[in-house]
Amino acid sequence: MLTVSDLACVRGDRRLFAGLEFAIEARNWIHLTGENGVGKTSLMRMLVGLAPVEAGEIRWHGTPIRSLGDDYRRAVCYLGHHNALKEELTARENLCVGAAVSGIALGDDAADALLARVGLAGREQLPVRFLSQGQKRRVALARLLWSEAPLWVLDEPFVALDTAAVAWLAATLAAHLAEGGMAIVTSHQEVTIAGNTAQQLRLVRS
Amino acid sequence: MRPLITWKYASPQHFYPLAGKLIPWFVALTLIFGAWGLWLGLLVAPTDAQQGEGYRIIFVHVAASWMSMFLYVVMAFWAGVGLGFNTRLSSMMASAIAPTGAMFAFLSLWTGALWGKPMWGTWWVWDARLTSELILFFLYLGFIALQAAIDDPRRADKAGAILALVGVINVPIIYFSVMWWNTLHQGASVSLTKAPSMARTMLLGMLLVALCFWMYSIVMTLLRVRAIMLERERHTEWVANLKEVRP
Amino acid sequence: MSAFSVFLAVVRRDLLVALRRKSEVLTSLFFFVIVVSLFPLGIGPEMDLLRKIAPGVLWVAALLATMLSLNRLFANDHADGSLEQMALAPVPLGLLVGGKIFAHWLVSGLPLVLIAPVLGIQFDLGSRALGVLMLSLLLGTPLLSLIGAIGAALTLGVRGGGVLVSLLTLPLYVPALIFGAGAVEADISGMGAAGHLSLLGGLLALAVFFAPWATTGALKIALE
Repeated sequence: MLTVSDLACVRGDRRLFAGLEFAIEARNWIHLTGENGVGKTSLMRMLVGLAPVEAGEIRWHGTPIRSLGDDYRRAVCYLGHHNALKEELTARENLCVGAAVSGIALGDDAADALLARVGLAGREQLPVRFLSQGQKRRVALARLLWSEAPLWVLDEPFVALDTAAVAWLAATLAAHLAEGGMAIVTSHQEVTIAGNTAQQLRLVRS
Repeated sequence: MRPLITWKYASPQHFYPLAGKLIPWFVALTLIFGAWGLWLGLLVAPTDAQQGEGYRIIFVHVAASWMSMFLYVVMAFWAGVGLGFNTRLSSMMASAIAPTGAMFAFLSLWTGALWGKPMWGTWWVWDARLTSELILFFLYLGFIALQAAIDDPRRADKAGAILALVGVINVPIIYFSVMWWNTLHQGASVSLTKAPSMARTMLLGMLLVALCFWMYSIVMTLLRVRAIMLERERHTEWVANLKEVRP
Repeated sequence: MSAFSVFLAVVRRDLLVALRRKSEVLTSLFFFVIVVSLFPLGIGPEMDLLRKIAPGVLWVAALLATMLSLNRLFANDHADGSLEQMALAPVPLGLLVGGKIFAHWLVSGLPLVLIAPVLGIQFDLGSRALGVLMLSLLLGTPLLSLIGAIGAALTLGVRGGGVLVSLLTLPLYVPALIFGAGAVEADISGMGAAGHLSLLGGLLALAVFFAPWATTGALKIALE
């Protein structure tokens, strides 16, 4: 369980939010919304431990994430605005390398199987720069399939996806939650996940 | 029992007025040591038999070199404390020291050149000390340029701290390597401080000028750190309530 | 996966990327060759003089060529989000950074070592001196990559980072330059290069230990 208490965020001179409190339990997900520039991305970067916490505390199963180190990083899968793909490498290579950097060995066949699941069968050997925006996003999302992390932190995962891919991602999220996972997702669209209503968290300008 | 160290002044809010009160005292000390040191150096110390009157510039040159090296270590210390303990004031101190340190490094180079011309007939010799001083000057410039290039002050503090710490590990290595280089390339090995006989009055004069520079550094650092505090904390209540800020 | 295989995965990744972006790699190598070849044109063809300046010229050119390739070290990974994922990976960031630095050396340092004797011949260096030159570059170029990585990490995403990185790292390169070029000179003058080379090796050991640590700290700051 992820617990956030009295969290504040300051960007430069501006205070984006303060006193933020929420928790995510197993099998639950949060739909994070808010206007541009209210600090959604900043909040997510704090949740995964990239950005320092100005005030307040983020706890994972009761322990502050600062003191968990690699144990927490193993528990989180983060997908940011950027796809974290190398344009020169093929989809398959990107997937294998991404997993290897996280300490997970992924063979070529396993990578191809995952790429088939995101609808990129037959494009495994193509350098990523030849893929469309939506296809690149799919390669990036394939990370969710090898990740063993219980907490998914997804920043605008639906951007650039077509309807089939949106449905695929919603189903993947549903399966993840059904297995006891949790997720926090930003999105400007409505997101429906079968059998699971979101906790709505709306950031407003202070 | 009172705690051994009082942390009260570690916050800008309390340090700002304290610094303001300290500045006049250090100005006075600067003037006293400066006048005394220059009197000894320029009037009392005997004319050097071989070097004539020109040698008197070492009173400034040596003290400036000492200060520039000392200030780099002090700067790295404060930057390191700021990085390790996340204390804002320490990082501000480091940023405040850097320009003064760079100024002393430059002063040392300049006076070195001025001394070199009458002594060896050339403005610049690749003497080990002068060369190290030049590299130290570059290190100061790097620190200042890096901090100036980063908009977010907290990030600037931290990045500057890493650079200063890397620099402080490197300064002895650079110094040693330049000495080594200098001994291997003989011909230019003239040492500025190897005056034939260092009379006691000369040493005392040098020490007094160094003390003067030290006090001057404190004055400049306090002045600058006060300005940095006002700039960085301009949105806080304590700055708004200062009588020099309120209209 | 063991730590070593994670390290190898990063090295392999960066080598693959470099291999498919050959022009960037070759640019710094050609830069090295051209800069070194310009010196005789500027100074004149007297062999005695050229032999004397060769170690310094080759070493300064190696410094500048390394400098030129430093921007590539982290900037692309920073821009496409890979660096973020590395910082979030449940392995020590220092290990991944070490892999990247090693790959950087393989791509931009090792070629300099290999081409240096060819350029040394232009300056009429003897075969013994050429050997010492290669050895000094073999010890020295990893040192340049390691120190340069700190500068590259500190200037990541900073205005005018490209110029700034040279201001930050060139002064730190001074010991490497002195001992590297000094080794070749000492050999030419018959004093023996062992002292210089062992000092260079000592510096390399020190840098292997400290530089990834400082680089990691700087990268974390850049990612905040």
